[in-house]
Amino acid sequence: MTATDTSSVGHGTDSAVETIRRGLSYSPEIRAGLGLTLVLALVATAGRVVVPIAVQQTVDRGLLNPAGPDLGFVRWMCLAAGIAVLVTAGCAYLMNVRLFRASESGLATLRTIAFRHVHDLSVLTQNTERRGSLVSRVTSDVDTLSQFVQWAGLLFVVSLGQLIVATVIMAVYSWQLTVLVWICFLPLFVLLRFFQRRVSAAYGVVRERVGEMLGAISESVVGAEVVRAYSIEDRTQQRIDAAVDRHRRAATHAQRLVAMSFSTGEVVAGVANATVVVVGVLLGLAGELTLGALLAFLFLVTLFVGPVQVGTEVLNEAQNAVAGWRRVLGVLDTPADVADPGTAGVALPRGPIEVRFEQVSYAYPDGPTVLHRVDAQIPPRSRIAIVGETGSGKTTFAKLLTRLMDPVEGVVLVDGVDLRQIRFASLRDRVVMVPQEGFLFDDTMAANVRYGRPGASDEEVRLALTELGLADWLDGLLMGLDTPVGQRGESLSAGERQLVALARAYLADPDLLVLDEATSAVDPATEVRLARALEGITRGRTAVTIAHRLSTAEAADEVFVFDDGRLVERGRHTELVGAGGVYARLHAAWTTQAR
Amino acid sequence: MSSVTDQSDQVTLREGLRVLARAIRDEPAIFAVAVAGSAVYGVMTGLAAVVIGRITDDVIVPAFQQGQTTTSALALAALAIIAVSTLKAAGIVVRRYYAGVMQYRLQASYRRQVTRRYLGLPLSWHHQHPTGVLLSNANADVEASWYPIAPFPMAIGVFFMLAFAIVSMVLTDAALAAVGLLVFPAILLINLLYQRRLSPLATRAQALKGELSGIAHESFDGALVVKALGREADETARFGAAARELRDANVAVGRVRGAFDPVLEALPSFGVLAVLLVGSARIAAGTLDPGAVVSVAYLLMVVAFPVRAIGWVLGELPRAAVGWRRVERVLRVSGALPYGDAALPDATDPADVRVREVSFAYVDDRDVLHGLTLDVAPGRTVAVVGPTGSGKSSLAGLLVRLVDPRTGEVLVDGVDVRRLARGEVAESAALVFQQAFVFEDSVRENVALGRLVSDEEVWAALRLAQADRFVRALPDGLDAVIGERGATLSGGQRQRLALARALVRRPRLLIMDDATSAVDPEVERRILAGLRDAELPATVVVVAYRRATIILADDVVYIEHGRIVGRGTHDELMTSVDGYRNLLTAYERDAAERAALWADEDDDLLTGEEVAR
Repeated sequence: MTATDTSSVGHGTDSAVETIRRGLSYSPEIRAGLGLTLVLALVATAGRVVVPIAVQQTVDRGLLNPAGPDLGFVRWMCLAAGIAVLVTAGCAYLMNVRLFRASESGLATLRTIAFRHVHDLSVLTQNTERRGSLVSRVTSDVDTLSQFVQWAGLLFVVSLGQLIVATVIMAVYSWQLTVLVWICFLPLFVLLRFFQRRVSAAYGVVRERVGEMLGAISESVVGAEVVRAYSIEDRTQQRIDAAVDRHRRAATHAQRLVAMSFSTGEVVAGVANATVVVVGVLLGLAGELTLGALLAFLFLVTLFVGPVQVGTEVLNEAQNAVAGWRRVLGVLDTPADVADPGTAGVALPRGPIEVRFEQVSYAYPDGPTVLHRVDAQIPPRSRIAIVGETGSGKTTFAKLLTRLMDPVEGVVLVDGVDLRQIRFASLRDRVVMVPQEGFLFDDTMAANVRYGRPGASDEEVRLALTELGLADWLDGLLMGLDTPVGQRGESLSAGERQLVALARAYLADPDLLVLDEATSAVDPATEVRLARALEGITRGRTAVTIAHRLSTAEAADEVFVFDDGRLVERGRHTELVGAGGVYARLHAAWTTQAR
Repeated sequence: MSSVTDQSDQVTLREGLRVLARAIRDEPAIFAVAVAGSAVYGVMTGLAAVVIGRITDDVIVPAFQQGQTTTSALALAALAIIAVSTLKAAGIVVRRYYAGVMQYRLQASYRRQVTRRYLGLPLSWHHQHPTGVLLSNANADVEASWYPIAPFPMAIGVFFMLAFAIVSMVLTDAALAAVGLLVFPAILLINLLYQRRLSPLATRAQALKGELSGIAHESFDGALVVKALGREADETARFGAAARELRDANVAVGRVRGAFDPVLEALPSFGVLAVLLVGSARIAAGTLDPGAVVSVAYLLMVVAFPVRAIGWVLGELPRAAVGWRRVERVLRVSGALPYGDAALPDATDPADVRVREVSFAYVDDRDVLHGLTLDVAPGRTVAVVGPTGSGKSSLAGLLVRLVDPRTGEVLVDGVDVRRLARGEVAESAALVFQQAFVFEDSVRENVALGRLVSDEEVWAALRLAQADRFVRALPDGLDAVIGERGATLSGGQRQRLALARALVRRPRLLIMDDATSAVDPEVERRILAGLRDAELPATVVVVAYRRATIILADDVVYIEHGRIVGRGTHDELMTSVDGYRNLLTAYERDAAERAALWADEDDDLLTGEEVAR
């Protein structure tokens, strides 16, 4: 089975402005109070020119006073400047805190919305290989944004403001020098843009290499047993070393570009300073500029270099942040293919469930059709066994039945209602599927069983296990119900995980129970015990079992036989086994296996 | 959930400095180059201010006072400024580039060392450490250890800059120098305070980030269960709570940052104003030139920002020390799996296997095998049967020395496997696991695993494992890449590939640990028939539940609770061992009993339905 890449989620192609606009609409917290924050930012930025002005004033009106240095003036001026610096700092603090609080609140909301949405995407349950990238949508992509705001967002705004304010002040002192400074810095903008494109390309390569490296390293951990059993330590180490080295080279290359791009600003600043000195003196001689203004200018140029450098570095991160934002929005833009109708939907009363499939087809996005026009009825309280070879469409049928996916064509009716119109709250209450791989959460045994019915007491959990005939097994565990199951339940065996998964579903007390080879990893004796317990439990409910052994099919009220995506035979075991069709063939293979 | 601020994560400054010292010891030459670049940068930063001051005194002020200047004076001034800034830029390039070189070389070196340990340590060690922790030791922890290396050379350059600044201030004017000398320690102090306040908050935010990511991973991995039980809202609440906690932690970080940044910026400003005040008084008294004031003020402005680099390094140290601690824990583990130097005969005939009084435990004194003794004569096929958790897989692992017995010994061709040289066991024996691990590589490489085998041999092995058909259907056949970023295989397909991996090596001892459990019965039948017809020159041990597999064996060993309860042919065990019979006939007995009961239940159901109507 080859998964198609196209079944992954959208990545979004909006422009940066559009991305920001739409991103803000998901995080209204960022906008709230933004006006005041910007006013504070304006004050904080403007405050940065206080010191250069103070230098100019001191020199021109204090020191070069024709009547000798005016110390009184200098004192008052420095006091005023000191107060201005304090106000600036206060505004900067307030602005920082407001910005952080607003943006972090907005991002927490965005994360949570995206997380919820991912659970509604069928990609999640169909394409296990793409899960990692979905995780990064709600973690690292949002973290990039948060980091950007924390480290750079403010810097960017302030830098931009500083550039503007410095330009204005410089123009007040001397428009000629201002034009010259801009002429010196303009090529830098162009140059930095050029560097920046190469830097982000280089970092793209680094990210790719990181992925490869992590994959290689994980072989030495996840594949440790195979590595040891086949004595391929040297080969594995070579692969790791090669991947580690490729990452090192890519990262070093990116670093070189960053270093070069950063230092060009320094050279340009030198040229600008030299120009200011030469032209400033000449302008001064022509009577166009005072000495203080020229000195202030030299300080103002330092205000210019910083923002340009910071601005370009930040611009890089800004691009990353916007790209991350775009990816998160891409997830939100991917339509929830299996959407909850919510309160607009129908709530079904409890009771035995009847299901009808009418001309149901299913195909993976851009993939082949895996289920063809299936018509089927599952009467209330019936026990149905589903059989067929791997890839025949059994699991697809089960997933459509439980609305883990929606059909491409046709309709699945539960008690006469289109499955898509039933409220999730009501549906999940009544219809529960136990998948083959019993996934457990990193918690205790009790918590995992209780996952089926939050609020169930320890006694109820224990009762559920007892009713399934698992009391002995439970008592044999080191800490009983409090036994931690480990990450993904890895402290338990595959068979034991299935037992917990079964108990979990049983505790949920559904009207329709769907078992997808839910006991395939336990030994035959235990499986038979479980099967019997289940039969007792499912009496009075509708039960659909994907069977991997004969006796399940023999015991069913009706057997559905799937072959190559079609429901080819249905009937009782006794009828089908003599019919000479697919079932008879499967039965023959089973018999030689088991007997 | 683990607590976020673990007591054991508290580190001292000394521990952090030791990490820096190790970095220098590891890469002294590159460090020296980076520091040299940084020194040039530092000195030139200070020199730039001095040059501006001198130009003010010698060129600008005279020009304004005398109303004239010379071209050479202006040219010299311009040249001096440009020369200093070019040198400074060169210093920056060298500093930043070599800091990066050093950081990435250290990362690479320690990633190699850590994974080397992983590959050398016994599997018993692996079993005791969660996968996630080991992966993060090799990745995130190594990265964190060497994170402070990036700003480290700059921080050292800053000392040069400070030294230069202080000396030139003192030379300019002692009183102005006193003002400057007050500002620098204040900046340093604020920095230290800042980092001390920030680092626990930043560490906590980092840990919460990891926790949030853990929740997302788990929730998405278990998506089928979440959906099947309709727990999306609860999962969202769980994630939302963690997201809010992270938000608060980030805001707390922001609050500290937001407070300190303006202070750090205001300090040099106050310094400059103080210099202006003191300077004007001294100019008025006629003891100072305006140039000196400008020079010192300028020096304060340009030096203030880089001084923070010292804070950056100090701020990263706690995280680095914690990361290094974890990396070191792996590097320090003693007891790589020891190998002997014995070799197995270079034969092609089946191996002789003897297990002598073997007890084995994963965790201390909780034996899963108790004094087990088992001989398998060359060329025989033995089936190992037993209930879930009886110790079958442990036995399989012992045979190829994946683990060592606590007591007793495993002999292959009469040699204790612990005495064999590295690679010797794998040369003769192949174990096929139930959970087939797939390398992210081509099909060919997944089968060959570095061995020099022809495509024909690979195809032959795939054919025997009934894997040739689906491999042929892959877009690139043997070259098709499988694994996380490649084609997805079903569980049964993975198992068949893993079987081919074992078969291509023509093992003299083949061990299959429930290796066809996910394969369709019909396909399994073909595999077993193929193996039988191929007349492999191998001793075969097969762990199985399915009878079709078992009856192919020459004899059967039945294990319960880590002890051999019976051994003999299938028929013998069926008559003599209750547990074996119960296990093997579970399905039939079930079917038989069911047939008897079934009719009654059916009637009940019908009655029930009629009542309902």
